[in-house]
Amino acid sequence: MAIVTSFERLSEEDKYQRFMERIEAGEKIEADDWMPDEYRMTLIKLIAMHGISEIMGALPEKEWVPKAPTLRRKLGIMAKVQDEMGHGQLLLRVAEDLMAPLGKTREEIMQDLFSGNLKFHNVFHMPAPTWGDAGLIGWLVDGAAIITQTNMLDASYGPYARALKRICAEEVFHAQHGESIILALAEGTKEQKEMLQGALNRWWDALLMFFGPDSPSTTGTSKQDITIKYRIRTKTNEQLRQDFFTKYVPRILSIGLQLPDETMHYDETEGKWIYRQPDWNQFKEIIRNNGPKSKERLRLRELSYRHNAWVREALSGSKATV
Amino acid sequence: MIVTKLEELHQLPEYKEALVELLFQLADDDFIIAYRGSEWLGLAPHIEEDVAFSSITQDTMGHAAMYYQLLEDIGMGRADDLAHGRGANERRNAILLEEVNGPGHYLYEPQYDWAFAVVRNYFYTQAKKVRIDSLKNCSYEPLAQVAVKVNMELYYHLMHWRTWFVQLVNAGGEARERMRKAVEKVFDDFAGVLSLGEKGEKMVECGLIDSEEVLKARWLQAVKPVFEQTNLELPSEFHMKRGNGRNGEHTADLIEALATLSEVYRMDPLAIW
Repeated sequence: MAIVTSFERLSEEDKYQRFMERIEAGEKIEADDWMPDEYRMTLIKLIAMHGISEIMGALPEKEWVPKAPTLRRKLGIMAKVQDEMGHGQLLLRVAEDLMAPLGKTREEIMQDLFSGNLKFHNVFHMPAPTWGDAGLIGWLVDGAAIITQTNMLDASYGPYARALKRICAEEVFHAQHGESIILALAEGTKEQKEMLQGALNRWWDALLMFFGPDSPSTTGTSKQDITIKYRIRTKTNEQLRQDFFTKYVPRILSIGLQLPDETMHYDETEGKWIYRQPDWNQFKEIIRNNGPKSKERLRLRELSYRHNAWVREALSGSKATV
Repeated sequence: MIVTKLEELHQLPEYKEALVELLFQLADDDFIIAYRGSEWLGLAPHIEEDVAFSSITQDTMGHAAMYYQLLEDIGMGRADDLAHGRGANERRNAILLEEVNGPGHYLYEPQYDWAFAVVRNYFYTQAKKVRIDSLKNCSYEPLAQVAVKVNMELYYHLMHWRTWFVQLVNAGGEARERMRKAVEKVFDDFAGVLSLGEKGEKMVECGLIDSEEVLKARWLQAVKPVFEQTNLELPSEFHMKRGNGRNGEHTADLIEALATLSEVYRMDPLAIW
């Protein structure tokens, strides 16, 4: 009790100082601990976006759940998309705890999504017109997610780090599920191979964008400096993108696919992959909900929210927001 | 009589015929209701329900896969072909289970009816539970073994849908009204779920399953306390207003569903996917 009281008496600067010392010493911050506003707001934005992306991420795959071509694939993709929903729920719970002192709830997260204040990941604005896309999402989008999330496994915020541990363990299964679909197509008929190459071509730029811009100058905003300062993550966007290339470029080539970027090569002297930049202006448009499928998928979410208002109302015993 | 081996089965043509018919009913029921469940993905009333519902749907698709596998073992063709390649008139599922979730398409402007989802799933799951309990004593041992496995998961499915049912009906107001309408709608076709079709008597004679009358009485007995608790009227007769799916009678909803769920399969049924 005495310790609590003495901490309360500290000036804001001293509290901040203590906080930074804690995270720099590798200590974990818990939901009820004091934290600077910037830290709280950064986490809310990051985790709410991550949670909502998991949920919106179910929509491009949703298209393929009923259509999966065999019983085994139907079961596999159902399990996978259910996991994603579960991740969304887990993350929203973490975000809700952070928002509680501000008097905000999940209701605000959903409203922010509909109004465009809360962004979701660029990849989930893209079309998935073939079964090849369903496999590619599992293999490379989840593969990219594993890379960015592994980068935050030791995040200074304890509840997020713990959620990520569970999520990463499941994502590994997803990547294997995706890889299994991909390998069947890669070893299949001419049409199946073409379907696969088409999917890779379609998703390549979105995959590069997934890691975010190299620096704020590219798109005007980037939170990577703040998240590194607060020990939420360790590597920069570009380092993560390079890790992705190192892991996946050899695999893509080994199954007989062609990279959609003929300039791509590894520069031995510089020790990095040289590649063609995606169109970052398009990235800005996509995350402003002006991507090819942004409106349609938001509409799905919004429609179900509105259409089920009576259910929420019945459960809560009061008039639900529509 | 207990049949445990395929060699024995192949020497009993009439028994085999009744068994195949029953397996198609079981497989097609779970397959099509799981398909309808998968269309709900991302559209459930809240995220927790999306997780729970998709878990149930996945289990149900798993049950369908087990029945199709038994058919494959008997020599009726590959499980995947049986699930994806058969036309509407070959299907044996109840008409209630093929009905669309509501107006709209699962990707465009879906206006799905949660009251219908709850009532259909609760009534069906209860019927499935009654059927599975009976199948635990099935004379075809491989099916009796599958029934034991299915039963373990069914406990949670049933609890889930019964909880929703009671909560929404007892919430009163608009929810009660929507639920009451859904109950009425489901009863219009519910006799089809309890039907064993033209070969029903043969199935009973072969010791595969209890009779329709016994199954129906058990179903009524199981839901009676729930109807009392929610102050709803439980009719003693149900209908098959659009025909009996067990005999291959189906609606346009099934034709459309089959086209969607086999879209990729049909691109090349011989390919490995």
